[in-house]
Amino acid sequence: MIRSRKALSLMLSASVLVSSLFLSACHGQVQRAQFEVPDAFDSMRQYEITFWAKNDTNINQTNIYNQAIENFEALYPNIHVNIRLYTDYNKIYNDVITNIATDTTPNVCITYPDHIATYLTGENTVVPLDSLFEDPNYGLGGSLVRFDSPSLDEIVPEFLQECVINNNHYCIPYMRSTEALYINKTYVEALGYEIPDIVTWDFIWEVSEAAMARNNDGTYAINGQSIMIPFIYKSSDNMMITMLRQLDAGYTDSMGNISLFNNTTTSLLRTIADEVALGTFSTFTVSGYPGNFLNAGQCIFAVDSTAGATWMGSDAPLMDIHESEVVDFETVVRPVPQFDTNNPQMISQGPSICIFNKEDPQEVLASWMFAQYLISNEVQIAYAGTEGYVPVTTCAQQSQEYQDYLNDPSQYDVKIAATNMLLDNIDNTFVTAVFNGSTSVRNAAAQLIDSTVKSVRRRETIDSDYFDDLYAEVTALYRLDQLSGAKDSKTDLGPLPSESKFLLILLGVVWIGIGAYFAADLVKKRKKA
Amino acid sequence: MKTFKKVLSLAVVAAMALSVFGCASNEAAETEANETEVAVDAEYLSYAEYEAAALDTEVTVLCTVMATQSWWEDKITVYAADQDGAYFIYEMACSEEDAANLTPGTTILVTGYKTEWEGEVEISDATFEFTETDGVAIAAVDLTADFADDDALLAHQNQYFSMTGLTVEAIGDNGEAFFYKWDNSGTQGDDLYFTVSDGTTTRTFTVESYLTGSDTDVYQAVEALNVGDTINVEGYMYWYQGPNPHITSVSVG
Repeated sequence: MIRSRKALSLMLSASVLVSSLFLSACHGQVQRAQFEVPDAFDSMRQYEITFWAKNDTNINQTNIYNQAIENFEALYPNIHVNIRLYTDYNKIYNDVITNIATDTTPNVCITYPDHIATYLTGENTVVPLDSLFEDPNYGLGGSLVRFDSPSLDEIVPEFLQECVINNNHYCIPYMRSTEALYINKTYVEALGYEIPDIVTWDFIWEVSEAAMARNNDGTYAINGQSIMIPFIYKSSDNMMITMLRQLDAGYTDSMGNISLFNNTTTSLLRTIADEVALGTFSTFTVSGYPGNFLNAGQCIFAVDSTAGATWMGSDAPLMDIHESEVVDFETVVRPVPQFDTNNPQMISQGPSICIFNKEDPQEVLASWMFAQYLISNEVQIAYAGTEGYVPVTTCAQQSQEYQDYLNDPSQYDVKIAATNMLLDNIDNTFVTAVFNGSTSVRNAAAQLIDSTVKSVRRRETIDSDYFDDLYAEVTALYRLDQLSGAKDSKTDLGPLPSESKFLLILLGVVWIGIGAYFAADLVKKRKKA
Repeated sequence: MKTFKKVLSLAVVAAMALSVFGCASNEAAETEANETEVAVDAEYLSYAEYEAAALDTEVTVLCTVMATQSWWEDKITVYAADQDGAYFIYEMACSEEDAANLTPGTTILVTGYKTEWEGEVEISDATFEFTETDGVAIAAVDLTADFADDDALLAHQNQYFSMTGLTVEAIGDNGEAFFYKWDNSGTQGDDLYFTVSDGTTTRTFTVESYLTGSDTDVYQAVEALNVGDTINVEGYMYWYQGPNPHITSVSVG
């Protein structure tokens, strides 16, 4: 089993693409009329809709999508769904942006709200779902829906709130996850520590430093190996965002203002630099998958998504490393490290579903019926079981089938523990503000940590000048100086370039010419009459 | 009036053309070409010195381009070599125009950091210059005898290699000869995975879609494989938690 870094390379470049999209006046965008819900669904017509789906490189998820389509088509024989599978949100994002310009967007698409904010730069590109939600016939729980559709109040409010952009719902949540701290309990206890219910950052650093003790032969005392990175974080962006949130420090706000570069950020990066210098910390970007190191006994604290739970632990069903390298240990799952144990905070993440607008409202309605089917109990419970995901509806969460799943001893215990951790902490989840360019800020947050880690390993001097340079470099790379306050259309962009002035004047002249031509033509016709 | 119509039409066409030019000129400015070729008077490491260099240190090497993955947003991943060894240069800074000139046989001076990711030793965060030096011819090293030996293959990490007489084995429970993605969760265009055996040891090989996409001979050759076929392969000895070669050529027989 082999995973790759492709997601990483695309993720890093996606933000540049975003910037070029919304900063370029030359980018083509299709203007379309606002979607109106038809009075009735024309079931006599045939519809072919495309669905761009995302899976976690997990064949079970692929199979569930295919089964969902088959079952849906049995209910709606006049709707045919063509699926295109992705394993990377950012690849979907890039392809959608490309296809907006050519009016070849999919009908239904798994995506992140951050990405939708960029899609919305095309007018009426993405369908606002509020009127569809409330339609008595075809809306959520609608009377003419041919399956048991959840009602609006059965969608978990915290998850639904993530889908609000500019006071409209532009997507529905599909699955939700958070990050979890996967711990090698065996090693922690061997180091003389007990794992608290909520782990603090101080605890992480203290135990990690204790794990750096070496034998006389240079191997690490805790594992007898030559490699030990006690703490590895998969998502550097989430790490920075979560730490800032826990400290109530700046990141972004709903107006698109960026406050990422603040004193707290610098302080956090200094701590990270100190720990990297001690050898206690690294990231996925720099070293590799936390789960691989955890399973090989080369890492004690691994932070990864609950949706990656089946890769974590000695008995993980999915494994990238050779079985001969797997070390036997007990895995426990906790919320990500906290600064304030009385007020734990963790990020809410996971795919959502959006619908792209089309000329034919009936086609959009057909798309909505399928999107709605994806949050029916049948799909929700099946898909959630593939990883440490949580269904987005209370009706699925409370169903007997789902409760049986959570209590099924044959399920992988780490996956169930990760799922229960999120279910117990839904009230403690948060999301970041979504606006056009929020993806770039997220990538910038990741780069602050990854660059710092690299620089320490490369023995660069980490001081105030270093952070000044780093902030300037990251700001330029992601064009954050052009993003800040991006929602405010009154931002002063400076004087128009001379080329633009020339073109505007030329266009004005052409229009005057056209007017003069028609005026002269009119005069001529009147004279003839 | 006809003359006026002509003038008007020309003005409209000119305005449209200038609009396009306005778009293009910005793009051209953003992708400034690396036009200079340098004589190699800069100091650079021999392969042995590179091999001996510690991880996370800055290295400069002179190498011949063997192949590249898809260029993407001013970055390109390069398979390169010199007479003594091979280099995997991950996401090297590169304009689109320069990427078009990174053809096999081109010699470049690369400066970056020697790093390791999941067992793959590579050069990352690199920049490069074209040089006037002639490229060296790199023949595939025959690793057939080392097929089962991880340590022997590790000694050839990143090198262009060949293996002959391997047997295609079923990769899935349903007797598939290849998968799209490692667990068959992908579709055409994704990386291909297939399993081969020398009779005693089984290994999984990859067709990296960013290196050789679905329109290439090797991609289509793997899609046409049958379980039991005897094949000869060529590729690059990439590493991910062990040998994970990126295959560039497959022939049956």
